[in-house]
Amino acid sequence: MWNKRREEEPPKPYTPQTVAPSGPAAPAPVAPSSVEVKKEATPVSSTPVGKFDSENRGNAASIGKAVKVVGQIFSKEDLYVDGTVEGTVEALEHRLIVGPHGTMQAAIKAREVTALGNIQGNVDAAERIEIRKDAKLVGDIRTARIIIEDGAYFKGSIDIIKPEPKPAPKPQAPAAAPAQSSAPANTAPVAAGPEVKR
Amino acid sequence: MLLPGPLRNIIRGSRAGQPANGQPGSAGPGQQLFPSRNAAGQESGTSRPSRGLEEFFNYIRGQSGLTILDLGGATQQNVTFITNLGHRLYSEDFLQLLNEAFGVDGIVDQSNPGRIDYFLRQALDYPEHHFDGVLVWDVLEYLAPALLVAVVERLHKIVRPKGCLLAFFHSDDKLEAVPFYTFRIQEVNSLQVAQQGLRKPAQLFNNRGLEKLFGQCESVKFFLSRDRLREVIIKA
Repeated sequence: MWNKRREEEPPKPYTPQTVAPSGPAAPAPVAPSSVEVKKEATPVSSTPVGKFDSENRGNAASIGKAVKVVGQIFSKEDLYVDGTVEGTVEALEHRLIVGPHGTMQAAIKAREVTALGNIQGNVDAAERIEIRKDAKLVGDIRTARIIIEDGAYFKGSIDIIKPEPKPAPKPQAPAAAPAQSSAPANTAPVAAGPEVKR
Repeated sequence: MLLPGPLRNIIRGSRAGQPANGQPGSAGPGQQLFPSRNAAGQESGTSRPSRGLEEFFNYIRGQSGLTILDLGGATQQNVTFITNLGHRLYSEDFLQLLNEAFGVDGIVDQSNPGRIDYFLRQALDYPEHHFDGVLVWDVLEYLAPALLVAVVERLHKIVRPKGCLLAFFHSDDKLEAVPFYTFRIQEVNSLQVAQQGLRKPAQLFNNRGLEKLFGQCESVKFFLSRDRLREVIIKA
């Protein structure tokens, strides 16, 4: 009776919660292609979200540590990179976090940059940049505010720029007449999530 | 596992000190490089007045938009202080690059012309007359004669005429090993100095030797402090 072992439950297979594709075909995996790939609100990640507890990254899109991206990334939301990125990254109004495994050989433009990993390239962080302990940054920095922790490695120049004053909100036009857009007609629609171009 | 400070720094240094692939001076397996000067864990800094620093800031006072090179690695205090004055700061962790190129305590011959050339490309690859001032701190003490001459020559090239350098040298010529520090600027005339360890100097200088070393510069000015650290202001 005492030695009776309870039958172990067989391990449940991992079934990631995925949203069923709305189209007839499932979305193809990210693959090198000359066609522009747009991802809308879909994190490019090989690791289940929630594993990176070391950094509070909220609902940022993430590039997992087993992912390598070569090309241009334009992000309209916060972005967490724990993989490898070569090229350029633009998240002009958002935060970019380079995780401890992240390696970036890229020119970076973002509102805010936090480096825990490795960055090689110039960084333009409009509001602030943090270089954490154990991070390595080789490149020139333009930012309004810089925070460097002891133990971080930095090689390059630092230009402190005065943050541009935000323009005062314009009074709303009384009429509901649609404004004439000066943008060209063939402007691509703005993607909600990070956009990967090759 | 929580390691004691010095051991943690050695481990950290061996990781952070690895040069890029295939570069000369790569640490072999099991060979530990010197910890980064800014390694965390030894924060027992003391404050000391610095006439040399005061002289350095006298030189750049009233000007903004100057280009300053800090060879002591990036520290928050120095970055904030220099950039708050309106200057552009360049940062190099000179000692770490030295360790990567030549190993700790000169394991590799510092007179090898190929390595000297490699080191200069890594550490001081800047256009001529690029800087208005250089915070050299104490890094020149650890250079063997051939490398030192090459470094001073390069510094003289990248600093514009009438530019200013601040360097520290120990004045006790009987020392076997000298402490090496992290220097953090507190005020225009005071530094927070945190000792990071001891290191064998490659050579020690008296005033005459320093005048000879910087012979091509316009002037050399000495400030001897109580702790036998000679502060030297060099005008290029």
